Amino acid sequence: MSLWEIDIYPADGQVDRAGKELTTDAIDLGLDASIQVAAVHGYLLEGDIEEADANRLADKLLADSIVEKTVVAQVGAPSLEQSPVEGALLVYVINKPGVMDPVAMSAQKGIEDLGVAVDQVRTFRKYWVSGVDQDSVNRLAEKVLANDAIEQVVHGRLQLNALALGNPYKFELKTVEIRSLSDDELEILSKEGQLYLTLVEMQTIQKRFQQLEREPTDIELESIAQTWSEHCSHKTLAGRIAYKDGETERHFENMLKETVFAATVKIREELGEDDWCVSVFKDNAGIVTFDDDFNVAFKVETHNHPSALEPYGGANTGIGGVIRDTLGTGMGAKPICNTDVFCFANPEIAHDELPPGVLHPRRVMKGVVSGVRDYGNRMGIPTVNGAIYFDDRYLGNPLVYAGNVGLIPKEKSFKEAHAGEWAVVIGGHTGRDGIHGATFSSAELTSDSEMLSGGAVQIGNAITEKMVMDVLLEARDRDLYTCVTDCGAGGLSSAIGEMGEEIGVEVYLDKAPLKYDGLSYTEIWISEAQERMVFSVPDENWQEFKALCESEGVAATIVGKFVDHGRLVLKYHDQVVGDLTMEFLHDGRPPIIRDAHYEIPAVVQINLEGKAASLETDLEAILSSLNVASKEWVVRQYDHEVQAGSAVKPMVGVENDGPGDAAVVKPVLGSSKGITVSCGMNPRYGDYDTYHMAASAIDEAIRNSVAVGADPTRIAVLDNFCWGYTDRPETLGSLVRAALACYDLAVDLKTPFISGKDSLNNEFSYQNEAGEKVTISIPPTLLISAIGQVDDVSTCTTMDAKEAGNVLYQVGVTKRELGGSHWTLIRDLDGGAVPTVCTENCNAVFPAVHQAIKSGCVRSCHDLSEGGLAVAAAEMAFAGGLGITIDLAEVPTDQGYSGDTENVVKLFAESNTRFLIEVAPENCAAFEQAMAGATAARIGTVTDGDQLIINNGNTNLLTTAIGQLKEAWQSPLRW
Amino acid sequence: MTTPKALVLRAPGTNCDHETKYAFELAGGQADRMHINRVLENPSVVQQYQIMCIPGGFSYGDDVAAGRIFANQMRSHLAEVLHDFKCSDKLILGICNGFQVLIKSGLLLADDSNGDPPATLCWNNHGLYEDRWVHLQNASDKCVFLRGVERMYLPIAHAEGKFVMSDDAVADQLQANQQLALKYVSASGEPANGFPENPNGAERNVAGVCDDSGRVFGLMPHPERFLEGTQHPRWTREGLQAEGDGLALFRNAVDYFA
Repeated sequence: MSLWEIDIYPADGQVDRAGKELTTDAIDLGLDASIQVAAVHGYLLEGDIEEADANRLADKLLADSIVEKTVVAQVGAPSLEQSPVEGALLVYVINKPGVMDPVAMSAQKGIEDLGVAVDQVRTFRKYWVSGVDQDSVNRLAEKVLANDAIEQVVHGRLQLNALALGNPYKFELKTVEIRSLSDDELEILSKEGQLYLTLVEMQTIQKRFQQLEREPTDIELESIAQTWSEHCSHKTLAGRIAYKDGETERHFENMLKETVFAATVKIREELGEDDWCVSVFKDNAGIVTFDDDFNVAFKVETHNHPSALEPYGGANTGIGGVIRDTLGTGMGAKPICNTDVFCFANPEIAHDELPPGVLHPRRVMKGVVSGVRDYGNRMGIPTVNGAIYFDDRYLGNPLVYAGNVGLIPKEKSFKEAHAGEWAVVIGGHTGRDGIHGATFSSAELTSDSEMLSGGAVQIGNAITEKMVMDVLLEARDRDLYTCVTDCGAGGLSSAIGEMGEEIGVEVYLDKAPLKYDGLSYTEIWISEAQERMVFSVPDENWQEFKALCESEGVAATIVGKFVDHGRLVLKYHDQVVGDLTMEFLHDGRPPIIRDAHYEIPAVVQINLEGKAASLETDLEAILSSLNVASKEWVVRQYDHEVQAGSAVKPMVGVENDGPGDAAVVKPVLGSSKGITVSCGMNPRYGDYDTYHMAASAIDEAIRNSVAVGADPTRIAVLDNFCWGYTDRPETLGSLVRAALACYDLAVDLKTPFISGKDSLNNEFSYQNEAGEKVTISIPPTLLISAIGQVDDVSTCTTMDAKEAGNVLYQVGVTKRELGGSHWTLIRDLDGGAVPTVCTENCNAVFPAVHQAIKSGCVRSCHDLSEGGLAVAAAEMAFAGGLGITIDLAEVPTDQGYSGDTENVVKLFAESNTRFLIEVAPENCAAFEQAMAGATAARIGTVTDGDQLIINNGNTNLLTTAIGQLKEAWQSPLRW
Repeated sequence: MTTPKALVLRAPGTNCDHETKYAFELAGGQADRMHINRVLENPSVVQQYQIMCIPGGFSYGDDVAAGRIFANQMRSHLAEVLHDFKCSDKLILGICNGFQVLIKSGLLLADDSNGDPPATLCWNNHGLYEDRWVHLQNASDKCVFLRGVERMYLPIAHAEGKFVMSDDAVADQLQANQQLALKYVSASGEPANGFPENPNGAERNVAGVCDDSGRVFGLMPHPERFLEGTQHPRWTREGLQAEGDGLALFRNAVDYFA
């Protein structure tokens, strides 16, 4: 047995790109500017491998002879320690044992194809750091080179004898003493066992086992904790809440059901025969009708806690998870596009201002973007929509929302497992990854979380999931199974438990294919190893199902059977290790009543007089503010055109680099029918009133879709609530208030919510230098994602100005609404009225704009959002490479304004339901007729100049070159 | 004359197979998607086809290097049948990941005296995956797929698309032999002047390469992503083209057997 190390260096004359980037990062970290980092990657190969074979593998398989060179030797050999530069210190970074290593898996396959027997392969990275001392290298390793959650650092020579993982497992049934515990002891058990259950829940379990006259086994306790976790059961928002806000008092038995969900029920009733919802709030994704053959499914998930600890892996498995959601909806939807929204702290924050245990936001952002990129691109699913919001309250808790749209044949939209069918798991093998992810995601993060919960962090393997997807869709079309769901949080425990909820199931834990030996029956049950799906397969189809999977190299294993006994029976080699009734598991959780309070803040207007002296600087500052600034650096890293359905791309305009309002995708090859995907979110408004924040987010998501041509009567939305610690009545109150807005807006606009997900307790605690506990709570953050429909994508439009001489209209009314606006952000002002939504106005404006676009009389359309009219006009101009002249005197307002107030309000107010629309002169009459029921006014023209000119009557307020505005908008995130 | 049949060969991680099959069908051919495992089980199955296409995607995750594991499979298990295919006046096309596979498999350019390919596709200069549209110029009279094509505007979407040759002699010889068939150019057709016109830093602005016969062709851009007007990034301002620039390439392949 030998252990070979193969180091791969750039060939002479080739650039060491990774090394250069790390050198920049190191200097950024504050290390001495003379530092130089050289990066090497490589492979460890274990097996009976001759030296000649090791060299052959290095040269013919693992390295590229034109651009790379290798050093091959047995681990520990002196040749591996020969620095390419004088006096450099050596650092190895290797995955911790058991962390997913997809490259090693593929390399192993390639080695076998070359006829060499290899037992184990592991990848590693290696760095030569020169110009600094060991202390600096240690700091660099900790902060930049490695992530302690998944990797280990070795300074100097690698000392390693073997790669093999795992030890034989010796079965031992474990019971947990619970019946005799005091309340204090129950709480300790909950916390130390990472169950994260409340005392009342622990008492309920205790009572249950007292009645049963036995102690629970460890696996029973874990099953209950998983099923009752916030993540899986949404017990807070779907629970009893007593709410009051000074105006109203409400008592909810099930808050979500009585707000967001109730709105959809009401809309469906009102629509009657015209109801176009198919399956809402019950499957892994919501489903609505699309065309004669297909429905569409849409789901957006959050993956916040894992992304805080390991941004790449967290985001990677976040997108992987939500793709499995649509794959596991109905009998399986084919994923057709992704949407991704992130919230980060300012990426320019100084390293010494970071609290302990927090990764630098720039590193978080780069990691998250790479994670989404690598998974989405490999899956062959275009990422077509997204947004990034920056606020320093996301420092300890970045947010990662990942969404996926799927296309599903109409007749495959529902599913049902039956007694007698096999429970089959396919895809990835089970390992110790992600243990306690479900319960952990329901807990508050602290500076110790990294150490405590490292097991909850994982890396995905997109190709395994792609292979699962390929066979799933084929098996679906051959009708080989009756039910499917994904293995997400809670692993097999949640997936099989849910699928068998109405029937009963027995599970053979020893049958699950393992990555390595040594897993206990409980670890197998709750492991959240990625890329697994669970099916219910009738016995007569099992052979064909298995053969299909095997033909594409996908593992398929029977791990249980659905049995009509209403119980969850867990076995390990015929020994029963757990036996619970489905009823207790799913309905036994004690109801919790929570208080929710909200104090509606009074509006304090800002005195705007004297504040209009720097309109040009203000506009450039807003364009450069991170929320508004171009995200092209991110967008171009995503494949947004795979599957060939792209009809309106994320970036539009004469140079393909303007900010599109919504993407349009044509999911069926050869058909012209399209879907739009857009989003709305404005956490800053929540600082003023979460009701109006939610209303504005809904308006924004809808108007973005309408702006490209979506039919407003066929837009469905999703909610994702990310909030702080909801045990505090005022925090929960702010959430309930947002949910009330969701109900009101949805019902009034007839825009159904079809699915949603929440993530609570997004707070981060640490001790400051004075030893005091400091807690950072995220701002209330509601993401609304919209999916719209377009009958014929060739009627769509984009936001870039098209032609000089065309007329510009503002549609919708501007009000003195600057609360939470980006103008107040860059001017560092507090106060102002937060933007509100008048649904009556929406119902006039949205259909009118849609009709105008559909009839072909609109040349460009851009929604007014962050930065108001000024930003919309600037973006429209530079995206189109044309000038724009606007006369503010013509801008429609709710009341008369004058002086500086008029100019600031008309330029920068963020009132909802407004558009800037370009119309060719010959179509103005038709356009104005289409706008008959809505407010629309001619406010300017497109010019062949290269300036944005804003006048108020005869007074010129602003004249700026569009190139200068574009540079202000592009430069901040041009990484 | 029967309709020519195209084999769209997929591996784990291939993800442009559906739209590539559609492109051949739109061009008048017949096409089947087939998993590499079927070909490994029965290599002679490829003989039923006139055209073989390796579509885009991330075969085996692009782990180790883009296209390497797939190419290695072809070298180890399918060398003979693929050589026969190539020598029987048939066509082979590799798009993006397929180009990476072809070049690393030795099927596109013959190995040098060390048994290594004389050229490779490696990491983009800026070190990132990139999706953007590029202007292209046909630079070869011999490439069957580019017959009658002057210029094209197509999207690229890749991380490892920088074409690098082992030395100048190889480059000069390929150039002289009209094998550096497709080049990145500016919007006005001048040789690309660095990024973003040449999106990855490819030597001699090479976007696509054909073999000596002109019947084996690999390219980084995605012709199957521009078959119809609404796929163009600026159709809302420039109007709808009757058909996308990429369709010609598939039609040339089908028409070769007409």
